[in-house]
Amino acid sequence: MKHKAPSFLLHVLSRFGAASLLWATLATVNAQVPSSAESPPVQAQQFTLANGMALIVKPDRRAPTAVHMLWLRVGSMDEVDGSSGVAHVLEHMMFKGTPTVPAGEFSRRVAALGGRENAFTSQDYTGYYQQIPAARLADVMQLEADRFAHNQWPDEEFQKELEVVKEERRMRTEDNPRALMNEALNAAVFVASPYRRPIVGWMSDLDALKPDDVRTFYQRWYVPANAAVVVAGDVDVDEVRRLAEKYYGRLPNRALPERKPRDEPEQSGLKRIAFKAPAEQAMVTLAFKVPSFRSFEGGQDETDALALTVLSAVLDGYSGARLERALTQGPNRVADSAGADNGLWGRGPQLFTLSGVPARGKTTQQVEAALREQVARIANEGVSEAELARVKTQWVASAVYKLDSVFNQARELGTSWVQGQPLDANERLIERLRAVTADQVKAVAGKYFGDDQLTVAQLLPQPLNKERKPRTTLAGARH
Amino acid sequence: MITLKKIVKNAFLTIAAFFICGHAAMAAIAIEHWTQPSGAQVFLVQNHAIPMLDVQLDFDAGSRRDPANQAGLASVTASLSGMGVLANPSRGEPALDENALGEAWADLGASFGGHASSDRMSFALRSLTYPELLGKAVDLAARQLAEPAFPEDIWQRERETMIAALKEANTRPATVAQRAFDQAVFGSHPYGYEMTEDSLKRIEVGHMAAFYRQLIQPCRAKVTLVGAINRSQADAMVTQLLARLPAEAKAAACPALPEVAEVAPLAKASEQRIAFDSAQAHVLLGQPGYKRDDPDYFALLVGNYILGGGGFVSRLTNEVREKRGLSYSVYSYFSPGLHAGAFTIGLQTRPDQADQALQVSREVLSRFVADGPTQAELQAAKDNLIGGFALRLDSNRKLLDNVANIAWSALPLDYLDHWTQHVQQITVADIKAAFQRKLQPGKMATVVLGGASAAR
Repeated sequence: MKHKAPSFLLHVLSRFGAASLLWATLATVNAQVPSSAESPPVQAQQFTLANGMALIVKPDRRAPTAVHMLWLRVGSMDEVDGSSGVAHVLEHMMFKGTPTVPAGEFSRRVAALGGRENAFTSQDYTGYYQQIPAARLADVMQLEADRFAHNQWPDEEFQKELEVVKEERRMRTEDNPRALMNEALNAAVFVASPYRRPIVGWMSDLDALKPDDVRTFYQRWYVPANAAVVVAGDVDVDEVRRLAEKYYGRLPNRALPERKPRDEPEQSGLKRIAFKAPAEQAMVTLAFKVPSFRSFEGGQDETDALALTVLSAVLDGYSGARLERALTQGPNRVADSAGADNGLWGRGPQLFTLSGVPARGKTTQQVEAALREQVARIANEGVSEAELARVKTQWVASAVYKLDSVFNQARELGTSWVQGQPLDANERLIERLRAVTADQVKAVAGKYFGDDQLTVAQLLPQPLNKERKPRTTLAGARH
Repeated sequence: MITLKKIVKNAFLTIAAFFICGHAAMAAIAIEHWTQPSGAQVFLVQNHAIPMLDVQLDFDAGSRRDPANQAGLASVTASLSGMGVLANPSRGEPALDENALGEAWADLGASFGGHASSDRMSFALRSLTYPELLGKAVDLAARQLAEPAFPEDIWQRERETMIAALKEANTRPATVAQRAFDQAVFGSHPYGYEMTEDSLKRIEVGHMAAFYRQLIQPCRAKVTLVGAINRSQADAMVTQLLARLPAEAKAAACPALPEVAEVAPLAKASEQRIAFDSAQAHVLLGQPGYKRDDPDYFALLVGNYILGGGGFVSRLTNEVREKRGLSYSVYSYFSPGLHAGAFTIGLQTRPDQADQALQVSREVLSRFVADGPTQAELQAAKDNLIGGFALRLDSNRKLLDNVANIAWSALPLDYLDHWTQHVQQITVADIKAAFQRKLQPGKMATVVLGGASAAR
């Protein structure tokens, strides 16, 4: 099955390098291909603890292991200008101690339990997890509840970790021309929506970030009513519930801050950016504003959002799908690679993206035209029943394959909760996707791909200056 | 005809029944192993919880067998083998081009494809186990495995695409640093071959077909299966998968392949300073490590966990990241294979900090090799590795990796059952001795790319 490249919108940062690519990839695959069909083997169950915190438990007893996750409904979209990146810096600082667990000790204890751990921040959420032998669940719950309620560290720890985060930004973004372009594209696509800021933060915001900015953000958003614990694996539901009440349920509740809507105003005309960066290959990305799937009780927007996801799969959902065939094959091929992705759902506004890397001797303009031509063809001619059946078959099969990973099951439950969706959202979504008709796909291809809602970003490759002094030497002077 | 919808309903019924019966204990991993008349070796773990099957076929056809002037041959051969199959008139089968093949796999909700690593060329099949689907998936996989078309026009296109991607990769600091490092560590050994525009231009489809024909044979196959099938089904399936490959008359007649030379130890230290316009300097430090069959395997595994392998708790992470904030990522690892893969320490940092980070890393390494770990560090490592052993095996995918590793490295079938005991027996002295045997901090290769003091 084809695995798509991560999409910039669903970019997720994690605390440790190796896992981050995985996370970004999974995030895309999830939005693209949601979970299991029909009714799952043992249903996940959701409870509300005494203080308003959510608990979701999904038993899967194939192996004596479990995963424990703490999800916060707060991500980079909840930041304000001037302190971009604070949600992610806080995620790093959560490893820096509590009054009873000094800096570094959290990780040492999880390791001593035989566990693996990490954390991740996206635009929509922040999460922390441990994978452990199932018998160790109570230990990690106790540790996680402690730092959720009592995270505390001296300013010196913050200063050191902030430098680590800047290195993370340099690694992920500044030395990666396509990531840099996506950052610029995001900032051009959105005017009022906080999605316009990078998750990791602008470098100057990181430079200016103060320890108290992080503490304040923590105080505001890390409250029981804004959090969910997800446990999956070889566990007993009643026992997990008892432990959760014991460790999390007793924590005092606080009021959640008001969330300002910051709705994105309607775009009324094409936007274009040209982005220069040291690179060999050009690239073009087209971002169309499209409706988001908000509720299973929703109306036309929801129907269209589902049809757009089917459209993206028909274009780019398997090896030999339309974009690959039309753009990257044959003697007159215009692209070395081409892709399509529909955001589908999230806390903020969603995009449908088309992107491509020009083949040798071809231009981004040619790729852009070819990408749009493929959508126009579907708008005019529709899609075949065979294509439709094919992408639906893949979703159905993937719903079985994903049962193999307890970790991914927990992850899907957490992301559904973040969006206020029901526990069986992924199963129901597949049912709804399977009901999408060829006519609906044709209709959305004609409806959402005009110029007015479009932003185009073009990467203009610049020669690499190997003789030039390294770019950020001066940044060191601040240290 | 059974529909996918029904299939999935059945799938969940099966799982529900399984759950009621209680769960499999992690006590022992039952690996069934036998050799087929063709010479193919089969390794099976039955796991009936989910109606799916993973199959991995491994062959001694990795990039270590690339000709010196055709670096990348194994890799592109594996990849092209999935881009079209030949017509087979005697069976009434028309040719399938890359798109027909992609559609066929998508329609089955299954996948099959090859890729090459340093030592192996591996093919992976994943399918649901409903007989109607699985039968077709195995049929198609057998055909693709035995009769790849290696089409000339597709290769021309792929080569052009790969060359463009190589040029792009060469603008990225991580790629350039890694290439310099591999050269310095492996010299002329195939582990250090670099796929380039020139090496790709020297590869033609005829070379791929010949490479494939010589190495992809039933008598050389190690086949690992994990999933919802029993032994007789597995035996029949492997027979079917390999049936269309040209076979030697007798398994015993499968001729030995040429030996590949060992990696030579480094004679002296080297240090490359490479100017590069990047936001971070990339620092790599290392040397040839050890072979997978080395008796020091467990001492080195546990030792490296302590030095630079164990997530947030390793010495390198503690000194470079936690104490000094110099890098987001810092690590060490060994990559044992049929030959001594590299021991590597790596990090990225702001260019003006590269020298400091390198110095700290060297000190951590020298001290570790000289003194070994503390008793407390050893205990912490054992707690994690032994306590977390079940996490290495808690999905079909992870089981497949582990069992295929046993198959490939000719480890005992009860290897996983004794894994924690092996770890438990390791002492501080074992680690110290093993690291002193394997690592020579005074003779390592260093690459600093993009550092402030980079040479002109």
